[in-house]
Amino acid sequence: MSFFKATHIVKTYANHTALDDVSIEIPEGSIYGLLGPNGAGKTSLIRIINQITAPDSGELIFHSRPLCRADVNRIGYLPEERGLYKKMKVGEQAVYLARLKGLSKQDAVARLRMWFEKFGIGSWWNRKVEELSKGMAQKVQFITTVLHEPELLIFDEPFSGFDPINVELLKHEILELQQKGTTIIFSTHNMGSVEELCSHIALINKSHKILEGPINQVREKYANNTYKLSCRYNSNFNPAEVVGSEFNVLSQQIRDNHQDIILQQESFCPANTLLSRVLPAADIISFQKIIPSMNDIFIRLVKGQEHE
Amino acid sequence: MNKILIIINREFSTRVRKKTFLVVTIFVPILFTVFYAFLMWMLLKDDNEKRVIAVVNESRLEKPLEQINNTHFVYVDHELPESEYARYLREHDYYAIAKIPVSVMQYAEISLYSLSLIPLDLKNEITTQVQRGIEEAKRSDIVAQSNIPDLDRKLRATRTPVLTRTLIVSESGDSRESSSEITSIFGLIGGLVIYIFIFMYSSQVMKGVVEEKTNRIIEVLVSSVKPFQFLLGKIIGVAAVGLLQFLIWIGVGAVIIAASKLFLFPGLDIASLQGATDLGALAQNNAMQTEQLEILQYVAKTIDPSFVAQFMGAFLFYFIGGYLLYASLFAAIGAAADNETDSQQFITPLSIILIVALYIGISAMKNPDSSLVFWSSLIPFTSPIVMLTRIPFGIPAWEIIASMIILMASFLFFTWLSGKIYRVGILMYGKKVTWKELYKWLSYKG
Repeated sequence: MSFFKATHIVKTYANHTALDDVSIEIPEGSIYGLLGPNGAGKTSLIRIINQITAPDSGELIFHSRPLCRADVNRIGYLPEERGLYKKMKVGEQAVYLARLKGLSKQDAVARLRMWFEKFGIGSWWNRKVEELSKGMAQKVQFITTVLHEPELLIFDEPFSGFDPINVELLKHEILELQQKGTTIIFSTHNMGSVEELCSHIALINKSHKILEGPINQVREKYANNTYKLSCRYNSNFNPAEVVGSEFNVLSQQIRDNHQDIILQQESFCPANTLLSRVLPAADIISFQKIIPSMNDIFIRLVKGQEHE
Repeated sequence: MNKILIIINREFSTRVRKKTFLVVTIFVPILFTVFYAFLMWMLLKDDNEKRVIAVVNESRLEKPLEQINNTHFVYVDHELPESEYARYLREHDYYAIAKIPVSVMQYAEISLYSLSLIPLDLKNEITTQVQRGIEEAKRSDIVAQSNIPDLDRKLRATRTPVLTRTLIVSESGDSRESSSEITSIFGLIGGLVIYIFIFMYSSQVMKGVVEEKTNRIIEVLVSSVKPFQFLLGKIIGVAAVGLLQFLIWIGVGAVIIAASKLFLFPGLDIASLQGATDLGALAQNNAMQTEQLEILQYVAKTIDPSFVAQFMGAFLFYFIGGYLLYASLFAAIGAAADNETDSQQFITPLSIILIVALYIGISAMKNPDSSLVFWSSLIPFTSPIVMLTRIPFGIPAWEIIASMIILMASFLFFTWLSGKIYRVGILMYGKKVTWKELYKWLSYKG
């Protein structure tokens, strides 16, 4: 049962197509990474989900029914380009934004007090935004995004502009929100945080979706049966003689007292068999299947398309 | 709908609490009052300065100059060269020397010598007195030469001062007295105020749009409300600020008028002044000079309550209509521009139209029915200013109604059009926009 679905979305501007027949499906409670190089169409898709713009064609399904105008109150959006009214006081501004998301004034104030307490920024209430640092303003904006407890949260590059401590704070909050059942769309270039946070991903390139699925399956899929074997260095050990015909030695590297060997599996052979062949010849430190990072997959796919 | 109210509330309350709002709201009425008080003072003030003017009378006129307010004349008998006059004036502490030459009967020319510039009023008064003296002398000559009995009295009877009343008639048979000078000033001030209001508040809308776009808060806002709703809320909120300011001014104005009446002319009421025919009696009752009352009556007659109500109504309508039309266009410009300097290229044509409207409005004072004025009071971009300057002259109701309907219709059309540009523009960053591109935006799907 999907929580949010966009099917066959097409969006054309005067001289280019931003999205060409893009479909995505976001499972409930997931952190869904929306990846892609600059100009791929991520922001266009996010704006369509937020109902800021309408698609030329295609359907948006929320809770198994077409997305409607009233749903904006159930969605929270933190855009990549952030900003607040500079001359307006922090508390007043946060209340205003919350009320536009359908909260009553009393609720907004009560919840804001709680969040301000939590972030330790209670004293900012009556300060103007222009008096805050960039990071401080970002915190305020994060709070205004999640204040109305949306079912679907959309973060566009949420960590840009934050220092490492605040990035940790934010990651913690995002995971906490997920545990409470919030579904999160997470658009970023930072593949490290994708692996850390996302349960599902979609990769968009040149207005097309080229990849979608649970992150583990995606990475598994791009794992091309390579293994890394580390042993204590032994000059008598020649891996090519030991590993057997099922494996090819792609590379070896000797560093300090270590010998790292990358093996390519040519035909099926259980890992235990391989290890039993190596055991008599070398002192094994570790053995693991190489699973490509999201970064590798991203670069491989996007570059691959450039050459087409 | 509820969200629009929240937006209106923010747009209104943040602006009203600004210091500039307070300053403008307080200072404009003060400025107007000071200006008006100065004008009244200039009109009503007595020339209180004590002066003595030496008269060198070489003509046969007998004491042609008599006391004018506090200016006295002494007749002196000096044969001084002109070069000595300055020293002479200083020595005797005379204000001026009036030289009436022998030839005055022929050439009607006198000279006033003074150390500083002589007030215009005083000069005019002296001229009039000498003129009367010459006329008097010439008349007595004629009377003496002819043998017609009672000629002097008969000639005097020919003197007839003329009073011109200007009346405006309407088809329903009413007629009301008006004075065209004052009504036209009314119209001009109305047109000017509308011009300033439209410019001031439309650019506030534009500034707001540019601000929201440049600091990117707009993206959050339009994820909560539709761009058009947001635009509407903003425009209405700013209009409310304008209306509040206007109402405060009317209130303050009423208080000032009431207070000044109480302090300056106690016991004088406008109604009796408007109807009064014997100003002399009224003047005596109020310890005022008849001339002062004449001026007051002149002003009072134009302050006909039904006219004021009609004018205020029209002012409000054209202010709101004109503002709505221009504000939506300014908002579209703000959305298309990436920063305030960028917006100049699009504002210039609109400013030119507004300034042209103001000039046509001024020309309407001279000829409120010329075809240029007529058409521009129907065209929505100029009608708020031009029609308002025309209204005090009394124009057919159908023209006003037609102009109002056209204004309403075009406001709706242009707001819709601007809404389309606004919607696309606010999300376009870092792009210099051309007119051609604006046109393309109209076809984008919201």
